[in-house]
Amino acid sequence: MLQGWVIVTVSFAYLGLLFAIAYYGDKRGDAGRSIIARPTIYALSLAVYCTTWTFYGSVGRAASTGIGFLPIYLGPTLMAGLWWFVMLKIIRISKANRITSIADFVASRYGKSQTLAGLVTVIAVIGVMPYISLQLKAVSNSFTILLHYPAILMPARAQVQPFFQDSALYIAMILAAFTIVFGTRHLDASERHEGMVAAVAFESLVKLLAFLAVGVFVTFGIYKGFGDIFHRAAAVPQLKTLMTVADTGTSYGNWWSLIFVSMLSIMLLPRQFQIAVVENVSEHHLARATWLFPLYLLLINIFVLPIALGGLLHFPDGSVDADTFVLTLPMAEHREALALFVFIGGLSAAAAMVIVETIALSTMVCNDLVMPALLRQQWLRLHERQDLSGVLLLIRRWAIAGILLLGYVYFRGAGEAYALVSIGLISFAAVAQFAPSIFGAIYWKEGTKNGAIAGLLAGFAVWGYTLLLPSFAKSGWLSPHFIEEGLFGITLLKPHELFGVSGLDEISHTLFWSMLANIGAYVCVSLAGRPSPVEADQATLFVDVFRRTARDDSSHMWRGSVQVGDLLPLIGRFVGPERARDAFLNFAQRRGLASIDELQATGELVRYAETLLAGAIGSASARVMVASVAKEEKLGIDEVMNILDEASQARAYSRELEQKSRELEEITAEALRERANLLDLTHDTVFVRDINDIITFWNRGAETLYGWTKDEAIGQVAHQLMQTIFPAPLEEITSELNSTGHWEGELIYTRRDGTQVVVSSRWALQSDDRGKPIAVLETSNDITEHKRAREALENAQAELAHVARVATLGEMTASIAHEINQPLGAVVNSASASLRWLEAHKPEEARRSISRVIEESHRASDIIGRIRALVKKAPARKDWLDINETIQEVIMLAHSEVLRNGVGLEVQLSNDIPLIFADKIQLQQVILNLMMNAIEAMNGAGEGPLELVVSSKNDSQGVLVLVRDSGPGLDPEGLDHLFDAFYTTKPHGLGMGLAISRSLIEAHGGRLWASTNQPRGAVFQFTVPIGGERPL
Amino acid sequence: MNPSGITRQRLAAVFLLGCLLLNYPFLSLFNKPGEILGVPLLYVYIFAAWAVLIMLMAYVIEKRRD
Repeated sequence: MLQGWVIVTVSFAYLGLLFAIAYYGDKRGDAGRSIIARPTIYALSLAVYCTTWTFYGSVGRAASTGIGFLPIYLGPTLMAGLWWFVMLKIIRISKANRITSIADFVASRYGKSQTLAGLVTVIAVIGVMPYISLQLKAVSNSFTILLHYPAILMPARAQVQPFFQDSALYIAMILAAFTIVFGTRHLDASERHEGMVAAVAFESLVKLLAFLAVGVFVTFGIYKGFGDIFHRAAAVPQLKTLMTVADTGTSYGNWWSLIFVSMLSIMLLPRQFQIAVVENVSEHHLARATWLFPLYLLLINIFVLPIALGGLLHFPDGSVDADTFVLTLPMAEHREALALFVFIGGLSAAAAMVIVETIALSTMVCNDLVMPALLRQQWLRLHERQDLSGVLLLIRRWAIAGILLLGYVYFRGAGEAYALVSIGLISFAAVAQFAPSIFGAIYWKEGTKNGAIAGLLAGFAVWGYTLLLPSFAKSGWLSPHFIEEGLFGITLLKPHELFGVSGLDEISHTLFWSMLANIGAYVCVSLAGRPSPVEADQATLFVDVFRRTARDDSSHMWRGSVQVGDLLPLIGRFVGPERARDAFLNFAQRRGLASIDELQATGELVRYAETLLAGAIGSASARVMVASVAKEEKLGIDEVMNILDEASQARAYSRELEQKSRELEEITAEALRERANLLDLTHDTVFVRDINDIITFWNRGAETLYGWTKDEAIGQVAHQLMQTIFPAPLEEITSELNSTGHWEGELIYTRRDGTQVVVSSRWALQSDDRGKPIAVLETSNDITEHKRAREALENAQAELAHVARVATLGEMTASIAHEINQPLGAVVNSASASLRWLEAHKPEEARRSISRVIEESHRASDIIGRIRALVKKAPARKDWLDINETIQEVIMLAHSEVLRNGVGLEVQLSNDIPLIFADKIQLQQVILNLMMNAIEAMNGAGEGPLELVVSSKNDSQGVLVLVRDSGPGLDPEGLDHLFDAFYTTKPHGLGMGLAISRSLIEAHGGRLWASTNQPRGAVFQFTVPIGGERPL
Repeated sequence: MNPSGITRQRLAAVFLLGCLLLNYPFLSLFNKPGEILGVPLLYVYIFAAWAVLIMLMAYVIEKRRD
């Protein structure tokens, strides 16, 4: 399974996955919905600190020095505690000054010096070169080893192979290509790479999981737990020594110096600076990283010693390099998948390191080394180029390729001499040289540019001589003569025992001397001179960053003449003309100006322009560019002293005071605006009217619902603009508002486009301290749909009720027919009788008979009229009615039904009932429904008298109507469900009657319920409240 | 984030504690053969001290009021 093509395919697939994550991360970042804006992601991305050094090298180191692999992780843990002081300050300074790399940071502090920027860049590139080569070594070795599976062979020395057969070269090329695609797709003015951070966070997880997997496998799979491994190791004498640290001064010294150097590296390695400072999204993320990152380090180190011991036990003859145990142990146990996973973990660690480090370095090379040099070549006329972004990207790409090539060259030249960890420590010692300048930058105002340069050069020289050159010598590129004998044979200059200091290991030795030289030179040279005006300026900005407000600037330090018309295109050339215009416009508006044309070229503006540029090309180059369009008059030292003189300080102070109060006003206004912006979040419409009904505030919701924009609405008279329709007279509403301070109700507004909306509106009165009303705040929400839905619902209910009525009437057809037949029969009788009377010449009797005909006809038409009323699909219409009359009309309809079924009907109508405001048809429907139910219930009842009682009563708040029968009664189980829709005990019933009846009664505000009758039967009762104000 | 204040000092204290615990002479105290649950004394001590430091820092950070 582990053939070459499988390994390669999986590797590419994984790299592809990383790229996809980065791409997605960038897309989300551009859209403003960043996925990396989380403290956990920030903390995880810091774990780029752990490279193949951690992955492979730690085990190797542990195999030779036991616990000695650990200090470089303890250092960052300790340093994390100090991040609150140091890192926070660095981050804030960097954000305030748009610093994009470590070289930028140093250069910016010491007077925006291009020399310093270049020096730092060179030191960084050379110093990190071994570190990159160690990644190449690790990946190529692990690849070769894995390829030889199932045999376990250590790769041949790289120098033996010709370089075009060297897998490390191809790995370097692939990583270079990958990094170029990763990091140089476009220029970002802030040099942030959200996608890269996302990918790095992801791969931190991958490498942690891979390492834990192998750790668990070795500890619990091959052996039987921690105790087992340690016991077995203790049995072997050499291994026993690994469990403790040698009790000598050198090893103590070594322990401490490793902690020290790793404390510095966690901040000063270019990739750490990039991730921790430049890519930092928010200062608040620093908090969680302070403990989460050390936790990650702890987790990834738990299994290192067990794996090392396990490997030493497994391969006792020493043929297998301890650096490879992480891979060879699974291989020896034929765990192919795990081995592949481990390889990917190592690849992941290497890739992340290479990508981030190279991007950081290439940024520095481009901004701080190449660009300044090119800009100085007048003949290239770079200032006059319209768009330099192409040039910048090209330079960066070449830089990436070049750095990786350097890494490869070092690998060939020196990589074989050392174990992985030792190579890495060389780089640590290199970046430690930045420490004095950087700590001085943020804490010591008297540090000067010359001091920084001196310190850096001294420290770098010592480092190069005591660590870098010997590493070449050990690999055979340089003659080892000078190591053994000292330079030119002078023993005092032996690289590992400078000036006779012996007994220290290489790292401690280098650290001691390089720090001595560095700090010594830095301090002495700084104190011997004086800071230039620009340096002093920058020093204050850096050291006092927590004391200044964000908008403080040193405009009083600028003296030059520049035209806005020159500045704008200059900026545009680097960040793009659009962005430049936007930035300038923003700047103008913040100062209350309407357009760019009104901008004056003040020192403030120039500083702002420099900051913008610095984001793209570094602060040193930015200064040069701006200076090239401006004719800056250098401030003489006397003038600076004057400015700092006490007398003018007083004047400056009062000016500052003015400015501060203006700023305060602005801040307050902004805070108010922010709060107003909150109101824009809600869907509700919110607007404010003054006492003259003129609109003074109009939120986004109002704009959306009513159609007028803020500018169109403000200043208009609200109720005229929207032709408000009120539910009650305006005077009533206003008086309620004035007395209680609130009003609530439904209004109808007309939108801008002419359509109407119904809103539910809540008004609040705003008064001043003395209680005088000054404004009304109106919050409304659109209920048009709601209302429409409600109306539709009511219509549906009415329909349903109608259907039910018709159905009921349908059931009563027989009795209705009978009911109508009666009067018709009477009509026929009376008419015939009158004919007979007429024939008998008795006109009086005839007249009486004919009157009866008329009566009976009326009666019939009454009944028909009533039926028609019930059948009509009229909407609900309430009126004042007498419930007794209503009941009697229903009884008339149901009369024959009652008789037909042999039911004894008793009607008990109270006299003392109020008029109620209700819909007659609906109430009649209910009563009819109840009576019909009762009759049917008694129908199949069997023995006993069939009694139906209908009664009405005054119920203090309205009327109570009762329908009582002596039927079989109600099933107590079904009592709850009686009124449910579709509940019926009739075999062919629809089951809607009671449900509809209840809804009709409830629509009147009443209640309908059922209970049992004594001795048997059911009682259905309903109440109807009076329902309205009685007209006087 | 307030750069000054009690959090800062607490973290500085944790830092100093860490410097003490994870260096000599404390280290030499545990630098003896011996074991806890089969794991060498020194190993257990360092990881335990490390974990304690992390927990202290986490506690200080998560409990801060600003």
